Amino acid sequence: MRIKKCFEGLSSEGRKGLMPYITGGDPLLAKTAETMHTMVANGANLIELGFPFSDPVADGPVVAAAHERVLSQGVTLNDVFSIVTEFRKTDNTTPIVLMGYLNPVEIMGYQVFAEKAANAGVDGVLIVDLPVEFAGGLVAELRPRQIDIINLITPTTTDERIAKICSMASGFVYYVSVKGVTGSHALDMEGIQARVSHIKSFTDLPVGVGFGIRDGESAAAISSVADGVIVGSLLVAELAKHAEEGDACIERVGDHLSVMRKAMDKH
Amino acid sequence: MKHTPFDFQKLKDLPDENGLFGQFGGRYVAETLMAVLQELEDTYKKLWNDPVFQADFDRDLAHFVGRPSPLYHAERWSKELGGAQIYLKREDLNHTGAHKINHAIGQALLAKHMGKKRIIAETGAGQHGVATATVAARLGLECIVYMGAKDVKRQSLNVYRMKLLGATVVPVESGSRTLKDAINAALQDWVTRPEDTFYILGTVCGPHPYPEMVRNFQSIIGREARRQCLEMTSKLPDALVACVGGGSNAMGLFYDFLHDESVKMYGVEAGGLGIESGEHAARMAGERQGVFQGQRSYLMCDDDGQITESYSVSAGLDYPGVGPEHSHLRSVGRAEYPYITDDEALAAFRKLTLMEGIMPALESSHALAYAEQLAPTMEKNQVIIVNLSGRGDKDIHTVAEIDGLTF
Repeated sequence: MRIKKCFEGLSSEGRKGLMPYITGGDPLLAKTAETMHTMVANGANLIELGFPFSDPVADGPVVAAAHERVLSQGVTLNDVFSIVTEFRKTDNTTPIVLMGYLNPVEIMGYQVFAEKAANAGVDGVLIVDLPVEFAGGLVAELRPRQIDIINLITPTTTDERIAKICSMASGFVYYVSVKGVTGSHALDMEGIQARVSHIKSFTDLPVGVGFGIRDGESAAAISSVADGVIVGSLLVAELAKHAEEGDACIERVGDHLSVMRKAMDKH
Repeated sequence: MKHTPFDFQKLKDLPDENGLFGQFGGRYVAETLMAVLQELEDTYKKLWNDPVFQADFDRDLAHFVGRPSPLYHAERWSKELGGAQIYLKREDLNHTGAHKINHAIGQALLAKHMGKKRIIAETGAGQHGVATATVAARLGLECIVYMGAKDVKRQSLNVYRMKLLGATVVPVESGSRTLKDAINAALQDWVTRPEDTFYILGTVCGPHPYPEMVRNFQSIIGREARRQCLEMTSKLPDALVACVGGGSNAMGLFYDFLHDESVKMYGVEAGGLGIESGEHAARMAGERQGVFQGQRSYLMCDDDGQITESYSVSAGLDYPGVGPEHSHLRSVGRAEYPYITDDEALAAFRKLTLMEGIMPALESSHALAYAEQLAPTMEKNQVIIVNLSGRGDKDIHTVAEIDGLTF
């Protein structure tokens, strides 16, 4: 229920959600919880925490490299649950959405996965390669434990599928544009705005948008048309520098979010 | 092993409308790929039943590929084994030297009908890449082939062949830098520009409709073999044997016999250095099932669900997943999936070359090695059809290296 409360709180303040993504175990297994606290201190409202997979086919090179990086440290799905448990010791309000691919969940078993997620304090689960048609079994384990199933909608998702996705989704809906930010920025914004309004005609759930957000300006622009701004690659690229630069990269993640937070709240 | 009861007559009706073969298959992909897969499925279903498309496909199979491929009675070898009569389905005699051209042509014709100007493909050893580059050249389509950086190095001759055919070969540096990573790269390419791109997938794996579509384009192998066997022996074969990487040549041979209760089927996996060594590609020797590259199937992964690297001397069998229809046939007990080690396959490679004057691909040599074990357990009037899925010229370097020779 943390996700619902989070968006209700934001809505009553007239603010939008800032929702960063990092991969569990990045930059180091022992540093992830600390990085999450830093993100919250700099204005993050909800954290998407990736659990690694050997073949992250739907991710771009930056996030795919993070999967390889944490796997080479030996990070497992169980380790990612431990990160959440650690984080929850001092933060019992910020929602956490686990994000990853299906096979580690399959091998663990849906029931065990859902139990461990609930015990650790996970609020939502986004499985990239589990479309709504095949998600029934996992949803049946997550829902009774009050864990939301988060689904993706893209620019090419048909209305029939949007309806199907929205009827299963809870927490929020994640609108992702896969085309990147080429061409006219203003035109793209119009497109996103139209798309978000269209999705909202199917559901009362908040809509978060992930769209290659690079800075305060783009975060503010997205937040003017959506309920939440999802930022991933920019932060993951900073954490990739940990091997050379140490903890300074964690501070920079905080700085990026702080700039975005200010720009979004000014809007 | 406990098998689910099944109806022989209904096996050919799969997959269902969700792309499922029993519990296997499906379309486990990110939402970003859903629209383009649906477009492909709709077009494929429409054209597969279109007589004009069928006529185009049949004409290309006859005049460009050189079909029908012969069914050859390996008399000398059969006699030495002293059991069942072995017949070889000569897919090695197809244009480009393997069965891959059958589905490459089918998919390229679909691409043309859909108005796509750009073809992408993945390849492991390079056979599917060469077949795809070949049909793209003939149809005047741009062709990009993704290939693991490790395989680019191992298969430099096929890389050059593809370049001569006008294709661009892109080395993939991520993950294990082999076939599975090439498939990931091709899927990623497709997501970013689906409007003008057609992905020609090289086997009966991946998200629906690929397993069904590739099988149907390959099913010409079994239709011909059935007719040829009836003509030559006046009866159906007693057993079918084919190697299984992803499983395209095996499904192509099996499909038209699925409802024939008397016909046994053996899909031969790569046992590599032996199962106990961990260095193998015998996905179905374990009980592990999971979801990988768009489908539910038997696969190789660790206890945390991470896909593990497979191994085989033959690059075409070196893949950690296997087609969902094979997974289904195995789980219900319609087909058996034994494995053959590198050494056994190499021995069969040499044997067929010496006994019959036919040099088989190392992939097909796995099927031959199993037939060699099976034949003596059967009667002399029984018939085994082995799918000789490819010719061995491409493997001469590998065999020579094992013999300590370099050229």
